[in-house]
Amino acid sequence: MGITLKYNVDGEDFTRAGEASGEIKKTLKKLGFPPETVRNVAIAVYEGEINMVIHADGGEITADLSEDEITVTLADKGPGIPDIDMAMKEGYSTAPENVRALGFGAGMGLPNIKKYSDGMDIESVVGQGTTIKLKFIPK
Amino acid sequence: MKVTEAVKLLEADVLCGDAGDVEICSACGSDMMSDVLAFVKEQACLLTGLVNPQVIRTAEMMDIKCVIFVRGKKPDEDILSLARAKDIVVLRTGMSMFSACGALYSGGLRGGKPA
Repeated sequence: MGITLKYNVDGEDFTRAGEASGEIKKTLKKLGFPPETVRNVAIAVYEGEINMVIHADGGEITADLSEDEITVTLADKGPGIPDIDMAMKEGYSTAPENVRALGFGAGMGLPNIKKYSDGMDIESVVGQGTTIKLKFIPK
Repeated sequence: MKVTEAVKLLEADVLCGDAGDVEICSACGSDMMSDVLAFVKEQACLLTGLVNPQVIRTAEMMDIKCVIFVRGKKPDEDILSLARAKDIVVLRTGMSMFSACGALYSGGLRGGKPA
């Protein structure tokens, strides 16, 4: 198959967060990936997209699709994650209060991304940005 | 449970979508979308007091076909048009979260297992 999808995520508009994830979900569904895989990708990428808007003023999402593997790269030029081990803990959050009022920032984003993916790799440099690579095996 | 039955139990208004077509097998009540995203169950409905477009986005990602706003909260037209585009039925009930969950539970709906 070998399809690449690319989306720019607008960091200014919280109400539009999720558009890229929705498009990816729609495309995967149309291409006939199994429903569970489609949902896992959609949820993980959506959490990542929300993180980009909350923490990093937007970023770029790239999805590479093939029949036996889906890889998604979420790259931003945000503040970076000082302590990735802490950020991976359920309930640990650095999101400001206004984000919690919107229903996010419970400290579940990264743990959820890990839970729904078949492989997760985070590279982050404080002051430069974060890149998360996700792998999904269709099943 | 059919959504039409939930409408009766909750004395709810159908704000958009066709309630007659949709079957729900479990329910999740939360104002915290991150917690909803940690919960996966087939054909669930979502009860929430949070009113913003991310409620509909969350439902979209989770394959949730019915969103119920509690405490009489009224979503604006942007939220409803997003729900229409994503084929999601939206209800509104005057009941509190606790009472709405209780009414659906008494009607036979269960929470399902966490993922």
